[in-house]
Amino acid sequence: MSERRRELSLALAITLFAGVLGVVAPGFFGVENLRDLLMANMPVLIVAMGMLLVILTGQIDISVGSQFAICSVIAGITAKAGLHVAGALAAAALAGAVMGAINGLLIARLKIPSIVVTLATMVALRDGLRWATQGEWVQGLPPGFQWFGLSQTASQAVTIAAAATFAAFVWWGLRHLAAGRAVYATGSNPEGARLAGIEPARVLFVVFALTGALTGIAAGLNAIRFNQIPSNTGLGLELQVIAAVIVGGASVNGGRGTVAGTLLGVVLLGMIGPALTFLGISAYWERALQGAIILAAVAIDALRARTEQHAGLGAPQRA
Amino acid sequence: MPLLSVDGVRKSYSGVHALRSVSFELRPGEVHALIGENGAGKSTLIKIVTGAVAPDSGTLVINGHPVAHNTPALARSLGVAAVYQQPSLFPHLTVSENIALSLESGGFWRHVDWRTRESRARDLLARAASEIDPSRLVATLSMPEQQIVEIAKAIGADARILILDEPTASLTEPEVESLFGVIRALRAQGVGIVYISHRLEEIGAIADRVTVLRDGQSIATRGMSEVDRAELIRLMVGREVSAIYPKRDVRIGAPVLEARSVRGVSLTVRAGEILGMAGLVGSGRTEFAEALFGIRPDPAGEVLLRGERVRIAEPADAIGHGIGYVPEDRRQHGVVLQMPIAENASLANLAAVSRRGLIDAARERSLARDFVRRLQIKTASLYAETGSLSGGNQQKVALARWLAIHPAVLILDEPTQGVDVGSKSEIHRLMVELAEQGVAIIMISSELPEILGMSDRIAVMHSGRVASILDRTEATQDRILHLALGAAA
Repeated sequence: MSERRRELSLALAITLFAGVLGVVAPGFFGVENLRDLLMANMPVLIVAMGMLLVILTGQIDISVGSQFAICSVIAGITAKAGLHVAGALAAAALAGAVMGAINGLLIARLKIPSIVVTLATMVALRDGLRWATQGEWVQGLPPGFQWFGLSQTASQAVTIAAAATFAAFVWWGLRHLAAGRAVYATGSNPEGARLAGIEPARVLFVVFALTGALTGIAAGLNAIRFNQIPSNTGLGLELQVIAAVIVGGASVNGGRGTVAGTLLGVVLLGMIGPALTFLGISAYWERALQGAIILAAVAIDALRARTEQHAGLGAPQRA
Repeated sequence: MPLLSVDGVRKSYSGVHALRSVSFELRPGEVHALIGENGAGKSTLIKIVTGAVAPDSGTLVINGHPVAHNTPALARSLGVAAVYQQPSLFPHLTVSENIALSLESGGFWRHVDWRTRESRARDLLARAASEIDPSRLVATLSMPEQQIVEIAKAIGADARILILDEPTASLTEPEVESLFGVIRALRAQGVGIVYISHRLEEIGAIADRVTVLRDGQSIATRGMSEVDRAELIRLMVGREVSAIYPKRDVRIGAPVLEARSVRGVSLTVRAGEILGMAGLVGSGRTEFAEALFGIRPDPAGEVLLRGERVRIAEPADAIGHGIGYVPEDRRQHGVVLQMPIAENASLANLAAVSRRGLIDAARERSLARDFVRRLQIKTASLYAETGSLSGGNQQKVALARWLAIHPAVLILDEPTQGVDVGSKSEIHRLMVELAEQGVAIIMISSELPEILGMSDRIAVMHSGRVASILDRTEATQDRILHLALGAAA
């Protein structure tokens, strides 16, 4: 299967990259650095699990960065209002689910293209938040908020465990749940899925709402790492997440993609920024390099599709 | 000298013979009809002449030039033009732009002279006996008008060989007449016309000669005045109809499904019965099936299942009531090509292989294995991508999906179109088997031998209405054709 091939080549690329770093900049593998790297990428990973589902159905959600900002602020405000940190996290998840559901409703029921809907909500949510907060950060958080009121290490373990749980659930669900089958079928061929008794509109709605909820949780887990919450957080998150899913081998046309691939995509793209610093290369190159990796991944797909066609695998249809 | 001469052409796709040995000749100033059942090889022959596919062997001479390696560009430069049933125009451009795009050459930055474009388009349309305004958007044109634009393009390209593939499939009677006027005018100018149609009456009216294809071979070429319709049908079918269909007498039970003016169609199907729906393309058969299955429901119609009224607003509702549907366009909607066979087979009945939403992989596998054996689906693995199978085997996967729900009613839209002969008889055998189990089957088919060979009763459709329902004992190819064409039986 082509998905497996993508996962192998990604794993290979990561190993090579790590090998080079090990020789040239062994400092990269310091415990502190790896821990920072891991924590910084947890939100990306959690949101990417939702984005994978969205992309599998053949859609896209570019509003997750804005949702992330709103959910972060909501987590902070509810905590300041006296809610326990767990409650604040739930509030963020709920807010995300509501925003995702609005996206889903517009896309599934009104059949507006998802790129248009989420472009609109991306801008509206971001600027709505700016207007509401007047650009102010949430400060003076209660002492039980940062690190869940636990030690830093314990709270990081909780965060990692949560992310791993979500990834495992999505992996398992795509494989073993009828709902997961419906996601692949909807993305491969919506009309064909409908004729098989699946309701693509329902699938789309659920997938967008779920992505919103995951974004909310990611925002909450990110917020507790600091003692204040900037109101412009999550800028560019959507690009990072979509890039990871695409590099992980998911097809933008829907129907193809795996959790393992997305996971490796997050790792590869997440390594680049810090690695550049260790290699003494200007961090300005980070985005350019990420872009190059995305292009390479997509180009490899296109080339492979072409060679397979030439090999006669897509035999012409007899009329 | 003939305009076009094809000799001993063979072509096979991944081992399946599309053309075994075809010879065909087109003279200047003649209308040469090409007829044959679906899958006889007409389309493949046309694709070879237009350069869309390369033959495996055989010779091709176009306009006096022996052509060793045909390409679409070469064929066009030698004067070949084809107009297909589905026009391939750019809907958001105007008529004159569409014509200009196919005729103008030159650099990317060439000057575009709108006035010349308009007047040339007007001139070409006039030669095609049409008064379409060249400044109209193609999207606003009717299907016949779009065909006229295609013909105007061909005239503009100075086509010497014009191929018309089922040009009248979606035309009304007066539109057909005006098209014939254009064809006669072109013939008078010495253009050779290859005319493909299923409508034998039309061929009698317009063609000078006729070539019959059957199973990839050219069977006969006759002058139109030398043959009658019965002879042509005999040449096309080439075998005794009853001999090849495995139809058995099945005890027919109680009515299972009754449709009351669903898209204007009222009929009843009984348990164990195969109801054939005959009619021309566009006579409303597929529309009826799609309404019945909830794809495009008809709120004005009523559906009764075992005497009780049911509401079907979505395919999911229909499936819930035990109705299965294999659509005409299997590659698009019948199966999900990217999915493995096993997953396609269980897609319509995930409930059967799962508990509380959890898929039981072992059960899914055994279900799929069972279907692959029963339907003799030729595949290396249950987990092979469905898109990698041959057309006939894809169709069997599409069928397998519905067997998994144990349907009460099964609607099959052109179940064997584009399917090889072996798979075809396996699909027919399966239909009989299902009927014996008491499934009520509605079979839409444009292949008269199939309709006659498989149906217990035959509903003949004409322009959106049931013209008549015939018993298998009283149905003949002729009678069905008459009814389908709107003539009295």
